[in-house]
Amino acid sequence: MITAEDVSFAYADTLVLDGVGVAAGPGHVIGLIGPNGSGKTTLLRTLYGALSPRAGWISLDDAPVSELGARELARRMAVVVQEGSGELPLTVSETVLLGRTPHLTAFQRHSRDDFRIAAAALSRVGARHLADRVFSGLSGGEKQRVLIARALAQQADHLLLDEPTNHLDIRYQHEVLQLVSQLGVTTILVLHDLNLAARYCHQLVLLDGGRVAAAGTPDDVLHPDVLEPVYRIGVQRIGTDDGVQLLFHPLPPSSAAESS
Amino acid sequence: MADDDLGQAGKRRRSALWLSGLSGALLITLVLAVGLGAVAISPATVAQVVTHHVAGWPATPTWDRAQDAIVWQVRLPRVLLGALVGAALAVCGVALQAMVRNLLADPYLLGVTSGASTGAAAAILFGLGAGFGENALSASAFLGALAASIVVFVVARAGGRITSLRLLMAGVAVGYALYAATSFLIFASDSAEGARSVLFWLLGSLSLARWSWPLAIVVVIVCVTIAALMTWNRHLDALAIGDETALTLGVPPTRFRVQLLIVVSLCVGAVVAAAGGIGFVGLVIPHVARRFVGAAHARVVPVAALIGAIFLVWADVAARVVLVPQELPIGIITALIGAPFLLVLVRRFHANST
Repeated sequence: MITAEDVSFAYADTLVLDGVGVAAGPGHVIGLIGPNGSGKTTLLRTLYGALSPRAGWISLDDAPVSELGARELARRMAVVVQEGSGELPLTVSETVLLGRTPHLTAFQRHSRDDFRIAAAALSRVGARHLADRVFSGLSGGEKQRVLIARALAQQADHLLLDEPTNHLDIRYQHEVLQLVSQLGVTTILVLHDLNLAARYCHQLVLLDGGRVAAAGTPDDVLHPDVLEPVYRIGVQRIGTDDGVQLLFHPLPPSSAAESS
Repeated sequence: MADDDLGQAGKRRRSALWLSGLSGALLITLVLAVGLGAVAISPATVAQVVTHHVAGWPATPTWDRAQDAIVWQVRLPRVLLGALVGAALAVCGVALQAMVRNLLADPYLLGVTSGASTGAAAAILFGLGAGFGENALSASAFLGALAASIVVFVVARAGGRITSLRLLMAGVAVGYALYAATSFLIFASDSAEGARSVLFWLLGSLSLARWSWPLAIVVVIVCVTIAALMTWNRHLDALAIGDETALTLGVPPTRFRVQLLIVVSLCVGAVVAAAGGIGFVGLVIPHVARRFVGAAHARVVPVAALIGAIFLVWADVAARVVLVPQELPIGIITALIGAPFLLVLVRRFHANST
């Protein structure tokens, strides 16, 4: 269970988050959506302790995140961030084994169990055959799967992902999100694609200018009336057997001026 | 699949082989290197002199007193210092390349060498640190090195965070400023003899080695540094990937950088105080080690330490024998070997990036 209440954050004098709240119940998948600069990634970074909020309360199963040590937090919360892979040619197995770091003290070596957990994590994401490849030489989809395997190797019961479908083609986008939604782990993820959010998230939080513009089930949030003023684009909603799907089109110039 | 260990057991066996092979090579290197020089002494005699002094066996020398003095008083401390300095520079290079995420970083990035040179120059030319008696030179070089790294550290730490880029830029700036200070000291002192000593310091030399307190301190600091970096191997892997990755794996990046900076600058400071600024070892050896055993620091740190030790001892042998009876500054040898290697590396980088 991850809970953030009334969180505010500012870079110097610019308020990026203004009293935002989000809650992810056990096993739920929560999607953070919103236009560029609406504060999605900033909110995610406050959740895993990379940023300290100016005000508000963030807790993990009722323990305040700020009071958990870095290792303790990493044992309970795994994060897949958007970050380069550095210059060192670490292999895929070495990358996934790093997920065991929070479970080991400085003087411990990896045990056989650590190796088995890492191997099982790689198998789970269908990347076992990549184990001996150099991580930085993988394709975008392969990298994303390996990073999710590293998060699985952490054996945390909370998972945060920052735009996990970025740079992936349509098939991999679905593959990655299907994988994440089937883990049964409490998950908060940032997504740009609203149709993917509709399909794979239990709840959505729509951010706009650092505030929560709407929150609820995809069915509640993904409404033209809610989305059009936030994204400033025309939205058409289609009900399918499979759930909500959205079509987008530019607004005519007059109404664009009206809404801005 | 339940017993799948990602082939890690095999990898461990291979790296254990590497480590024992290199340890054997280091031992042979030490014995041979003590025997080589203006006066050649057989490896058997070298071994006997050492066991005679350490364990009292053989009890009666079969070698003459001159040989005894050359082996025990002159060459052994020198060869040991060479091995320590080589190992220290190599592992500190490994740590800094991971810390600033730049494969062209080396231990002198922190302005330590220029700081030590300035300290040594002040000692040689103006008698600074005379209170330390015969160790005045080492002491003031060490203090200079520490002062320089503290300045780099403070400059790079603006706003409570230390970033790779700021660290690089602060190191370069402080390095140049101190280089200017050293040049000014030489210029102002008007002593040709002093200037030559300072130059010798800048290029590095193991000729000051003898059984003494400074050597004991170097032994302790280098061993502690290698042990610390080995226990931090996963932290180094994580930091080399990125700050956010490190944080989310339970390694707070700024706190870990501070720990690394303290350990590395003490170690490099001690080494530079003992042997001057020997270049290229800390830059090149980490790459050699990675070629052999891959990038994970659990293997790179010990392997780099051994290769660095072996490399520097042989470089010192070359420095001693190339122009007998003259001795070359060891920095010339390491640069002669290191620079071509660096060029190859740059070409490879270029090939990868296009």
